[in-house]
Amino acid sequence: MFKKILVPVDLAHPDVFEPSLQVVADQARHYDAEVCYVAVIANTPGSVARTPDEYQQKLEAFAQERAQVHGQPVNAKAIVCPDPIADLDDVLVEAIDDLGADLVIMQTHPPKHLDVVLPSHGGKIATHTRASVFLVRPQG
Amino acid sequence: MTNDNKAPESAAGEGIPAPEGPANLIDTDYVIGQDNITTNKFGLDVDLHGKVFTVSSLVILIFVILTLALQAEIEPIFDAIFSFLTGNLSWVFLLGGNIFVLVSLGIVVSPLGKVRIGGAHATPDFSYAGWFAMLFAAGMGIGLMFYGVSEPLTHFGTSMAGTTVENGVRTDWAPLGAAAGDAAAAQRLGMAATIFHWGLHPWGAYAIVGLALAIFAFNKGLPLTIRSIFYPILGERVWGWPGHLIDILAVFATLFGLATSLGLGASQAAAGLNYLFDVPNSNVTMVLLIMGITAIALCSILLGVDKGVQRLSQLNMVLAFLLLAFVIVVGPTLLIATGFFKNLVAYVSELPALSMPFGRDDANFSQGWTAFYWAWWISWSPFVGMFIARVSRGRTVREFLIAVLLVPTLVSVLWMTAFGGTAIHQVVADGFQGVQDAALELKLFVMLGQLPLTAITSFVGIILVIVFFVTSSDSGSLVIDSITAGGKVDAPKPQRIFWAIIEGAIAIALLLGGGLTALQTAAVSTGLPFTLVLLVGCYALIKALRSEPKGT
Repeated sequence: MFKKILVPVDLAHPDVFEPSLQVVADQARHYDAEVCYVAVIANTPGSVARTPDEYQQKLEAFAQERAQVHGQPVNAKAIVCPDPIADLDDVLVEAIDDLGADLVIMQTHPPKHLDVVLPSHGGKIATHTRASVFLVRPQG
Repeated sequence: MTNDNKAPESAAGEGIPAPEGPANLIDTDYVIGQDNITTNKFGLDVDLHGKVFTVSSLVILIFVILTLALQAEIEPIFDAIFSFLTGNLSWVFLLGGNIFVLVSLGIVVSPLGKVRIGGAHATPDFSYAGWFAMLFAAGMGIGLMFYGVSEPLTHFGTSMAGTTVENGVRTDWAPLGAAAGDAAAAQRLGMAATIFHWGLHPWGAYAIVGLALAIFAFNKGLPLTIRSIFYPILGERVWGWPGHLIDILAVFATLFGLATSLGLGASQAAAGLNYLFDVPNSNVTMVLLIMGITAIALCSILLGVDKGVQRLSQLNMVLAFLLLAFVIVVGPTLLIATGFFKNLVAYVSELPALSMPFGRDDANFSQGWTAFYWAWWISWSPFVGMFIARVSRGRTVREFLIAVLLVPTLVSVLWMTAFGGTAIHQVVADGFQGVQDAALELKLFVMLGQLPLTAITSFVGIILVIVFFVTSSDSGSLVIDSITAGGKVDAPKPQRIFWAIIEGAIAIALLLGGGLTALQTAAVSTGLPFTLVLLVGCYALIKALRSEPKGT
């Protein structure tokens, strides 16, 4: 049913997206799908990498590591934008089209009141893309 | 909880790939964000540089409380600091300003201009129109609205009045030797002096900071914060207290400079609303204005640089251009057209005398106006420089300097010629005294009042002030957030919101407490250490550029 799974990751905060990785592995194997790990990063030096190319290298290494786990083909893409905090949702929605992904699996937080002002990225992406979106809540 | 998200270890000897195409990274073990504190108490994510954030926010809080509580005691101290800085040390500011302009112009014509920000193959993130609009809105904005009419008119008036000497000391405020009774010469001198304050020199300071930050962040791979400029001098020590101090100073300069500008903007918008709609020109109006404007700024922050600041800046460019075109067409068109070239020539020919740091006899002018402006521009430079650095990746150094130095200077000449020239024309040719008698913040509206379609143009004027206000507050929050987050530009959104609210709150508190003078003094006081920061920046910049491969 699904051919290409897009997984947004932020290498600076592995603890945030780690729980969803198991879901990604299971789904990828189940549908025999390719997995694209996508990161949206700033053009300025950051905590993970000092240049966008360095980030891309680290993301590729990360993707290969995951491929060892689930055995499905992988792809890695670090997308540079001037203001990643504000533009994250738009950039991801665009990336879903560009990469031709049909399923997005990402971590999200439980609903809270603050969402009215600062909506969750997962929810916002789901309302703006044609792809299916699987939001993984933290356990417990 | 401390941040232990160290970057994944890269294999030894692998080396970091160049930014985009050839560039020469600085080798350091510092990991951006290694001194940051992260938490998500209260359901809000926070990612801050512990020391810089804590010290700067505490000191600012104490400053605001002290200024409000001990107004009478503190005011003489501020006055003393202010007159000492602009009086005894004016030569430092003037000399520094000249050096920044000369270094910038020198880099434009040297082969160093070929270096590309972000690596030899980097591509720009913004279109020319969006980029230029943001440069200009960040650099001048409210100031042009506030001083566009009032400053040319003031210098014209003092020059007309000639020089007065008491006990061998000149007491008049006229620039250079004045031009007693000669209207044409007084206008020439007044315009030259105004353009001098709004031309190459302010943008020279911005260009040095902006370019140095851009090169050290995008080509050298250091965090986007002021301390990175000092790496060639301090080495690894910039990540310790010397660096913290530089960043804390930058936060002060930015906050005080912004709050001053916001105070000016609020008073002008309130005066305009009063002039146009009879809205009471009271503290309540100003507080409501600041709150409303901060609310708009918050929306713009939530939308981000691309959809927020950039669009607002472009909107403002269009509005400002329309207003300028209107004044040129409806005002004394021919006079403005010839005046543009005449004033440009006057500026260039008076430039050596006006920028001379030593042996001036026009002490009131060179200290009270020029040195004050220089200190103000320099204390603004971390803010403007950082913002323009952030949006300038992908441009060559030459492109950057021309866009930051020469184009805005020409626009300033045109703007001052159109607005100031029209107002002076009203005084000289029409014998209309209203503009000269009006309060500083009202002069723009009184001048527009003599032209047709007053209601519309004045309204556009108010909108311009408000939108410039929003873009300043918005880009200021981005800059302060980035400095207090150890150079991260992707720190959580609530921090930006926090700083935008703080800026509004400081502006309100000090406006109510009458502490705007204190604020101006504070802005100027941070200018002195920053002049030294910038002089070091010149050295570091040239050193950094020389080590970059020349692009094509």
